[in-house]
Amino acid sequence: MTIQIKNGSLDTSISRRGFVSGAAGLTFAFTLGGIGHGGEALGATQPTKFNAWVSIAPDNTISIVCPAAEMGQGVYTSLPLMLAEELDADWSKVKTEFAPANPKVYGNPHDLFHGAQITAASVSVPGYFMPLRMAGAQARKVLLDAAAEKWNVPVAELTTDKSTIVHKKSGRKITYGEVVAFATVPAEPPKISEADLKKPAQFKLIGRKDIGRSDVPSKVNGSAKYGIDVQVPGMVYASVLQAPMEGAKAKDVNGADVMKMKGVAKVIPLPFGVAVIGDSVEATRAGVQALKVTWDTSGATAAGFDSDKAKDDYAAKAKDPNAETKVEYQVGDVKAGLTGAAKTVEAGYWSEYTYHAQMEPMNAVAQVSEDGKSADIWTGTQFSALAAQIISGILKTTPDQIRVHQQFLGGGYGRRLWPDAAIQATILSNITKKPVKLILTREEDIAAARPRPMTHHLMKAGIDAQGNVVGWHHRLVSENVDAVAAPPRFKATGGKDYIGARGLDQAFYAIPNALAEYVREDRGMRVHAWRGIGSGYNKFAAEAFLDEVAQVAGKDPLALRLELTKNKPRANAVINAVAEMSDFKRKRPGHGMGIAFADYHDTLSAGIAEISLDQKTGKITVHNYWIVTDPGLVIQPDHVHAQLESAVVYGLSAALIEQFAVKDGTVQATNFDSYPVMRMSEVPEIHTKILATNNPPSGMGEIGVVTVAPAIANAVFQLTGKRLRHLPMTADRVKKTLV
Amino acid sequence: MAATPFTINGKTSSVEAEPDTPLLWVVREQLKLTGTKFGCGSGLCGACTVHIDGKAVRSCQISVSKVAGRKVTTIEGLSTNGQHPLQKAWITEQVPQCGYCQSGQIMQAATLLATNKKPTREQIVAHMDGNICRCGTYPRIVRAIQRAAREA
Repeated sequence: MTIQIKNGSLDTSISRRGFVSGAAGLTFAFTLGGIGHGGEALGATQPTKFNAWVSIAPDNTISIVCPAAEMGQGVYTSLPLMLAEELDADWSKVKTEFAPANPKVYGNPHDLFHGAQITAASVSVPGYFMPLRMAGAQARKVLLDAAAEKWNVPVAELTTDKSTIVHKKSGRKITYGEVVAFATVPAEPPKISEADLKKPAQFKLIGRKDIGRSDVPSKVNGSAKYGIDVQVPGMVYASVLQAPMEGAKAKDVNGADVMKMKGVAKVIPLPFGVAVIGDSVEATRAGVQALKVTWDTSGATAAGFDSDKAKDDYAAKAKDPNAETKVEYQVGDVKAGLTGAAKTVEAGYWSEYTYHAQMEPMNAVAQVSEDGKSADIWTGTQFSALAAQIISGILKTTPDQIRVHQQFLGGGYGRRLWPDAAIQATILSNITKKPVKLILTREEDIAAARPRPMTHHLMKAGIDAQGNVVGWHHRLVSENVDAVAAPPRFKATGGKDYIGARGLDQAFYAIPNALAEYVREDRGMRVHAWRGIGSGYNKFAAEAFLDEVAQVAGKDPLALRLELTKNKPRANAVINAVAEMSDFKRKRPGHGMGIAFADYHDTLSAGIAEISLDQKTGKITVHNYWIVTDPGLVIQPDHVHAQLESAVVYGLSAALIEQFAVKDGTVQATNFDSYPVMRMSEVPEIHTKILATNNPPSGMGEIGVVTVAPAIANAVFQLTGKRLRHLPMTADRVKKTLV
Repeated sequence: MAATPFTINGKTSSVEAEPDTPLLWVVREQLKLTGTKFGCGSGLCGACTVHIDGKAVRSCQISVSKVAGRKVTTIEGLSTNGQHPLQKAWITEQVPQCGYCQSGQIMQAATLLATNKKPTREQIVAHMDGNICRCGTYPRIVRAIQRAAREA
């Protein structure tokens, strides 16, 4: 197993002020060298401070800081577990604490984020894997040195297990908590290198099937605290009628009428909507419902945008040879590959806007200080550092003056990257000079949606006389997510859409001539990261189209994928494994079987759907979904299975049900009746398998989403001979295709 | 404003609220029992499910005045120390992910087991279909209910 720290060596210097010794216990503080200086970091602007990763109390309680947000993906357990592993901690005594917003210390060193403190892209485990283990090993070394000195024995004679140091020769034992009581702080901290870390065979916690998630007990008795659960003394309530599109401003507001309502104190028009302040949730909700607002949309790009009518433009851009494109992936000469081919295939694919539908509507509690120069924010956020940065700009102060108190997230999926509720609550607190608890209604949460974009894909492939795929051209037309969600990176890369273009590449398939590119649409929608990001729609188009290519080439879809991945053993293995697991080749009368392969930020996966179809209504029923993943080293096996199940359901929902249209720049959905998501009765049997390999751990939060839609489309083709090229594959849409 | 007396988790309570205030907000913001969650405000998602006289009810859809004199149970009062068979099974099966909907799921499931000790899978699905879990923990919810039925 080879693991490298991408940012060079770990600076393990510990300053005196980084240690606190005494009754409160020892606190080990570390700075991680090279973190927080990346040019692409979003929000990594705070001055370097020493902050604790781990502290140990005399009663042996170990507190480990979780630098990432917990939204169900499991980092509240998996990240502390990695530190505890190298500390050789008694896991039953470990408690998790959320980190404050401080990217210099807590930023993710992963190549994607260069030290920004952000929870996204399934890279928390891979990004923090080495630094947290280093931190644990260093803390253990400090404890060992202190015990060796106390007992006057060579440190090499000491071993550790479950927070206890053992000197076998003399039979002495001492707990970490007991060491803490006398340990002094070394001026020069012990240096730790990769060689000091455990080998995978020595792991006691990593990979254990019986270690549950630390947050689960609190989530079955109502005690887990989410942003919406926070109350602070003296607070008022707020609800905001959200501007129907970015840049729309309230022109006429029936504020005087609404202010007469019971419990309503103020109506405040603001650049992002119209706020109602009051003394209860229900009063502010009623106030928002009673608001009558006309909007000035003259400054809004989305004004007049109609997602159905725009499709002609998207399709034209896909075919326009002079369209301005950004190249995402290129090998060989795609022109030669297509023009020299014996046969060519061409098809257009679509996907509609989707909404995150996180169960906890956006909310925040904000308390701006009397002088207006600092604030406390209680919220669940995937990007606390961005919240601190933006809010510090609003209050004309520095990010360190914004204390973001992280809570559990009632769903994230990308929606809680943008801290709009925290921003709005802060502005309202600054105006009212009171702590403000802002809760969006479900209707306003949807109005303020930050959706996955509508996309169009023009696919072309060339096949030679022997049936080999010799040319591949994928052109995506959509709004650019980075332009809205990560403007600094969008600017720094000259307009590259990292988020939206994910999955356009064909790095695992041996296609000699390939080009994947994208054309930007700018429709003013607040497009954002949505679980699986670009891979969700790009792999739908690519993997469904690959089955069209297989048909023209006269090949079996499974055989073609195995052939294309023959030099990529990990990819080949997951494809083989899922075929075997599902008994793919066995015919099921009246049912169709479809396969898809996908990678996502170093995790590999293949999935197979077994479906049937009501020919009259067009309704697809998925009976079974098999999915195999290779995430490298597995930190928490049961939770890997859980993440696969979760992501498959999310993927099924996106594949079959979820969409909203946009009329005049406005989201055409209001609640779970007009934006249905998958319910229990629609969920198939989901069969999951892990192919663990000796590779560094990669993320599990999103990979399971990606294969679902193309596997279903491919299964429908096997059953009916009809191609489904438009997400979601709703009954209405399928029915039209069948005719 | 009017005082509405009712029983909440075995204790008598009298809260001052407008009679048409949804029970959900009285429970969450006044009684500070925040385990009951707000999801949609329209009875479409089940996150706010509580028991009223033993029946599963969407607390966003019932006014506080309607529970006068009745017995309301929230997730905090379902059992002492979280020892309801469903809560134990939820932990064994590692059901929650984000966890936000799970109080409502458990409260909904509890009324099934109260009247049907050995529900079939189909009965479980029919009973639970009004509760959305956006993390898609449905397979584990089914397993946990089956486990609780077995072990209760």
